[in-house]
Amino acid sequence: MASSVLDHSHAPPAAKTGLWSWLTTVDHKRIGILYGASAFFFFLLGGLEALVIRLQLSRPENTLVSPDFYNQLFTMHGTSMIFLAVMPMSAMFFNYFIPLQIGARDVAFPRLNAFSYWVFLLGGLFINASFLFNAAPNAGWFGYANLTSPQYSPGPNTDFWFLGLQILGVASIAAAVNFFVTIVNMRAPGMTLLRMPMFVWMSFITQILLLLAFPVITVALVYLMFDRHFGTNFFIPGGGGDPVLWQHLFWIFGHPEVYILILPAFGVVSEVLPVFARKPLFGYTAMVFSGAFIAFLGFGVWSHHMFSTGMGPYSDAFFSLTTMLIAIPTGVKIFNWIGTIWGGSIQMRTPMYFALGFIAMFIIGGLSGVMHASPPADLQQTDTYFIVAHFHYVLFGGSIFALTAGAYYWWPKMFGRMLNESLGKVHFWLMFIGFNLTFAPMHILGLNGMPRRTYTYPEGLGFEMWNMVETVGSFVIALSMLVFLYNMIKSRNSAPAPADPWHGATLEWAIPSPPPEFNFAEIPTVASSMPVWDARRAAGGQLPEPAFHDGSGIHMPNPSIKPLIVAVGMFIMMISIMFTHADWPWWAMSLAGLAVMLYGIFSWAFEPAG
Amino acid sequence: MALSTGLLRRGRPYLVGALTLALLVLVGCTTNEATYPQTTLAPKSDFTRLVDDLLQTTFFWAVLVFVLVEGGLLFAIWKFRGKPGDAEPKQVHGNVMLELVWTAIPTLILVAIAIPTVKTIFQTSASPTAPEVEIEVIGHQWWWEYRYPALGVVAANEMHVPVGKTISLKMWSADVIHSFWSPQLAAKRDVFPQGPRFQKVNPLWFRADTTGDFSGQCAEFCGIQHARMGLRVIVQTEAEFDAWVAQQRIGSPLVNGGVVAPATDSTGAPVAPDSLMAVGAQTFQAAGCIACHAMVGTPLAGTTALMGPNLSHFGSRRSFGANMYLNTPENLANWLRDPQAMKEGSKMVLPRPLTEDEITTLVAYLRAHQ
Repeated sequence: MASSVLDHSHAPPAAKTGLWSWLTTVDHKRIGILYGASAFFFFLLGGLEALVIRLQLSRPENTLVSPDFYNQLFTMHGTSMIFLAVMPMSAMFFNYFIPLQIGARDVAFPRLNAFSYWVFLLGGLFINASFLFNAAPNAGWFGYANLTSPQYSPGPNTDFWFLGLQILGVASIAAAVNFFVTIVNMRAPGMTLLRMPMFVWMSFITQILLLLAFPVITVALVYLMFDRHFGTNFFIPGGGGDPVLWQHLFWIFGHPEVYILILPAFGVVSEVLPVFARKPLFGYTAMVFSGAFIAFLGFGVWSHHMFSTGMGPYSDAFFSLTTMLIAIPTGVKIFNWIGTIWGGSIQMRTPMYFALGFIAMFIIGGLSGVMHASPPADLQQTDTYFIVAHFHYVLFGGSIFALTAGAYYWWPKMFGRMLNESLGKVHFWLMFIGFNLTFAPMHILGLNGMPRRTYTYPEGLGFEMWNMVETVGSFVIALSMLVFLYNMIKSRNSAPAPADPWHGATLEWAIPSPPPEFNFAEIPTVASSMPVWDARRAAGGQLPEPAFHDGSGIHMPNPSIKPLIVAVGMFIMMISIMFTHADWPWWAMSLAGLAVMLYGIFSWAFEPAG
Repeated sequence: MALSTGLLRRGRPYLVGALTLALLVLVGCTTNEATYPQTTLAPKSDFTRLVDDLLQTTFFWAVLVFVLVEGGLLFAIWKFRGKPGDAEPKQVHGNVMLELVWTAIPTLILVAIAIPTVKTIFQTSASPTAPEVEIEVIGHQWWWEYRYPALGVVAANEMHVPVGKTISLKMWSADVIHSFWSPQLAAKRDVFPQGPRFQKVNPLWFRADTTGDFSGQCAEFCGIQHARMGLRVIVQTEAEFDAWVAQQRIGSPLVNGGVVAPATDSTGAPVAPDSLMAVGAQTFQAAGCIACHAMVGTPLAGTTALMGPNLSHFGSRRSFGANMYLNTPENLANWLRDPQAMKEGSKMVLPRPLTEDEITTLVAYLRAHQ
């Protein structure tokens, strides 16, 4: 008896079910599911905020919510959808499918992967906890200085915002390092860079963007922290600071962030289209390089968010032209997607509906983007509902449609159950119609003078009808989400999914659904960018279900609670900044968090990794 | 026949979607200022006409590309729909020539947009050669201050300008970033708080085509009442404008420090102010209004750096609260009873509650100052 206890102290528990197994998991697939579930929760929360916004704006002079609460809602809606919904939904797919698509058994740093997730979750919960104190961030997701200075934002609202973003940034950078190293080092034999699946390629470029863009917002947020808590004046003009500096730093991060949100979506669509058109991706190499070119240009266009600041004609012209250049590789992508389905045999399954819906909507967002790239015209459109329409066409019509395509496409692989096709199509049409009802009229309102970020509008400016239409549309979107939710829940009872329900092209379809913990019983050797298609063709059109393997002899990393301990310690240390003005020593909390974090790091370092 | 019913059956949802969108775009283009008084699509100055011409160009190309590409997409979805038992389609991996063509065509379209864009950037950024009226625009949380240094006028929220004259604006902020936007006369330009090192006074110019009363508002999120930081630009004939200036100069902080010579009778002896003016001025000071508002006939008539708008010619304004309320006795009385109830978070905080008598007096007093 005693000896068995001793044995366990050397081999950490490896339970496969129960809360503890989730708290200690380092399995990239389970972490992926955690990311997905959390992101969907925050997505629903952000959606709920959007519905209240739409109700408030459904008629002029409405008083459903107070002006300040409205400002909290739109700030949190933007912050949540970007940092807590779309980014982590992409992270779900990075986690689950990068290792599967490159033929690896896990990511390069499994415990760091768990750490990223816990930090993300704590950051997301922290920002949203502000609602409990009626002190949610209220200075916009862009947090323009000097409105965020102690003088103009005296409450804790902005503290929740900048600390939350700073915490989320740690998660993003750690995850980006992890996936970058994973893709560079852990590809299956034979998978050269130009044989990587397009989703892996776009994810790879996204990690580079994350690594280069997040340090900039980190610096900006540190400056802001010092301005708010330690008496500096980086962004406060009265103290010698420069509020435009914030805008530059924010958008040097913020524009690449746009591509961080859309490139994974490009990757998903580039996976879905060939499978359901039964035809390879058109112009693989051009797709890779156009993605890389978009990312590269993404660092040279940030000031197109700032045309109204009056930068002068030379800067305006420069940033206008670089922005227009981005339309060229983006156009190449759209044409190549159409080229992919051209001449194909299109299978209209639910993932394909969403992928095609993505192309159709993203074209509209791209075209209004070109209109914005023209600075004098942008001076009329910026900060109106026209730009709200534009970025919802690229982020909702683009990212969300594509990620939903990915959800339907990969659901059977992740959970071993099929989603219902009829419900999926109902979901698509409700979402497609609701989306266009909500966001298309915003073009009209914006061009006709309705500014954004306004808690109400007066009667007589002609905004009444379209706002009501938009509100109705937003509830159609909400209905579509209920259908999706029902479909997900209902899938628990649906037929088990085969390993390869769609006749996929990439490695994840060669292993059982859901995959075993070790993914691949044997690491595959790859000879093309569509290995499973090639294997199926070689086998005469049908592949056998993969054989069961009990995992014996395959070495997997041990579960660990240490990533969670480090995350909690760091979290306590960072949020102690909230209390610098409190009448108790905030630094004691800081030191306590530091101690927990250091304990976690040391025990992590000396823990047997497996 | 089979082909066309197939098109209708399979393509109907897409067609409906495309037609709806086309309709929406159409509605957007054919609307006018009667429906949308604040529209950007009905330019009323040389500046906004330059912008509108550019918008028409980019919009034309956007619609053309939209129709062709979405049309191509829908056609491909319909034409290449799979049928059960289809053989594997031809496996095409790409076509370099085709890809070069569809890189080149968008590039040419972008050149067609870029050239007028750069031209318009320089046209709209150039300073006017001979500005005829210069106005300083100062953004405040949540109202606009206008100073006409050469004319000696200080106004709030409602900017008066003469038609057909080149108006040159120099703009900054007293607190946080705002953005001056009068959609029919001048596109947005941000106004920045100034500091010892950070000095950024933004220029803007326009020449109005017609007389009229144009509404606009702050376009950069600036705090709790950003939605209610409205403005008006009232374009008048030169004669009307001159009359307005002459009136506004009386008691302006920019003219003789706000000091107005007391009225005299025909013998040169001072005339006692009438009771409304005397009692009103006394109430204005006793109630504490004077802490934030300059007012003709009070000791702070000549001050410009106060928190609230100069009220010396309140009666001449069509609206108050930054274009939130029409200037009627009822609205003003409500405002003086409880400004926070009418505009939550506004900087208008009463030093103490006013009595109904005081409110009646102040309403009459303020509105009498034309």
